[in-house]
Amino acid sequence: MAAPMTAHTRNAEALGERGSRSLRRRGGLGERTVEIAIQLVALVSIAAILLILVFVGKEALPLLTSAEVHKEVTPLGMLAPIQRSGESLYMWQPVSDVAKYNVIPLIVGSVKVTLVALVFAVPLSVAAALFVSEYASERVRELAKPAIELLAGVPSVVVGFFALVALASWIQAVFGTEHRLNALVAGLGLGFAICPIVFTVAEDALRAVPRSYREAALAMGSTRAQSVLRVVLPAAAPGIAAAVVLGFGRAIGETMIVVMASGNAALLDASLGRSTRTITATIAQELGEVVVGSPHYDVLFALGAMLFTATFVVNFFGERVVDGMRRRLGAGS
Amino acid sequence: MRAVVAPPATSLTKDAGYKMRARDLTVRYGENTAIKDVTIDVHDKVVLALIGPSGCGKSTFLRSLNRMNDMVPGISVSGHVELDGEAVYGPGVDPVLVRRRVGMVFQRSNPFPKSIFENVAYGLRVAGLSGQSVVAERVERALRHAALWDEVKDRLQESGLGLSGGQQQRLCIARALAVEPEVLLMDEPASALDPIATAKIEDLISELRSELTIVIVTHNMQQAARVSQRTGFFYMGRLVEVGETSTIFTRPKQRETEDYITGRFG
Repeated sequence: MAAPMTAHTRNAEALGERGSRSLRRRGGLGERTVEIAIQLVALVSIAAILLILVFVGKEALPLLTSAEVHKEVTPLGMLAPIQRSGESLYMWQPVSDVAKYNVIPLIVGSVKVTLVALVFAVPLSVAAALFVSEYASERVRELAKPAIELLAGVPSVVVGFFALVALASWIQAVFGTEHRLNALVAGLGLGFAICPIVFTVAEDALRAVPRSYREAALAMGSTRAQSVLRVVLPAAAPGIAAAVVLGFGRAIGETMIVVMASGNAALLDASLGRSTRTITATIAQELGEVVVGSPHYDVLFALGAMLFTATFVVNFFGERVVDGMRRRLGAGS
Repeated sequence: MRAVVAPPATSLTKDAGYKMRARDLTVRYGENTAIKDVTIDVHDKVVLALIGPSGCGKSTFLRSLNRMNDMVPGISVSGHVELDGEAVYGPGVDPVLVRRRVGMVFQRSNPFPKSIFENVAYGLRVAGLSGQSVVAERVERALRHAALWDEVKDRLQESGLGLSGGQQQRLCIARALAVEPEVLLMDEPASALDPIATAKIEDLISELRSELTIVIVTHNMQQAARVSQRTGFFYMGRLVEVGETSTIFTRPKQRETEDYITGRFG
């Protein structure tokens, strides 16, 4: 056998005898170029989001500044009810003779539909994630996880179509709802749409719980259910909370399903069986036909800005809550 | 109390109570045989140390005593293990109930991401014990037992993961002791600890000996010599030799044992 090449001689050759002794940066130019390129790409994507926010804000700005616009609508007028024959009315009727721009019914609509979606999707998705991560065999898991993730790729118009045609009839037959298209139908449709994302993030969180926790739980004489419910699930709670926040963001921003399935009547009530209208559906349906620069146009942009802000705030606080949970579970540092 | 008379740890006479016994125990992972035909008695209230090179099967053997191997995919166990004369692998035996009597401490400390108090209370709660004062009393007793009480009594509500490595391991011991097991299995409990923390764990083992039976796997022969009264030597999945620790370390019967303890291999 030839003399073996030691690690030392190999390194020395690779570095070049002389270069290996120098502490100076070598081949810096290529490295720098790549670094700058990556930073640039990152900046562009952040800038794009900021510019969208600036654009939306700018289009909504006349609402605050223009006296012309204030003849028709004021920021306060978007929130305060109209008094008519002793009644307080919250009305969104932007194209009537006397345009009414109260956004409260739209906000309530969005919140209502989103809550229905979360109430439906979160338990279902977390239970599915628990099954797949804790109980299913490796084979079942290998099939189930990608299959459910694939559902995230179903176009929302297809989900909306299903909700509109099939789900709405079932719901009306079962619950005898007042309107065929309503908050419940739209919320359930939305729930279908967010299930895959909540499921997959929650499942990852459960799988990330160290095996040593499960072992310790079982060695302490827990049944499998006890170890899952008392150890694995709490340990995965921050990740599951993150999944819920993501699901919320997706649900409140989703448009097509609610356009198709909610009935789109801007009624202000807590009923799930009546039609409702969300912020997203309003923007989607009205922005195409509005006179550019009109008060109505400005109000729609203000709605967009509100949605943007709401999502941002929820994500921000969601993140903080998740961090807090992680810290409480962890070393407290 | 469990046993009527604890045999003196160093003299192992005839009918001295056997806490656990294994007969012809063979464990396979798929095609691979991890341990073969292991026959060994675990004397009541005695520390039994299992030594041997890595991969010799000592951990597999330990984990088959409380059926912790059950959930390893593709495992098969044959032979006989008994606890107080009752078959551990018998029909209708609930592994959960076995584990409540035969506790375990792992190589790497693995406290739950819960408070110190809840960590220790865990086993009590899953066993259905309720009543805050009873639980609190048992938690305190377990922590005192594990020589951890004085260090943590003012921060019971803080996370168990905030403790040092040695404290975490003692927390895991306290957690195991809280349910008052009859046997405690320890899988290299000090291998990830510094010498001072190791010494504390070893002292603890010596103190616990009067109350329960301990089986400890260790790769550290000095540790085996310090804490145990009986020692078994595993090699390539077989139990080569078992006997009083002093005998094993001074006059082993088997050549392989002698080679291992004198450091010729392993």
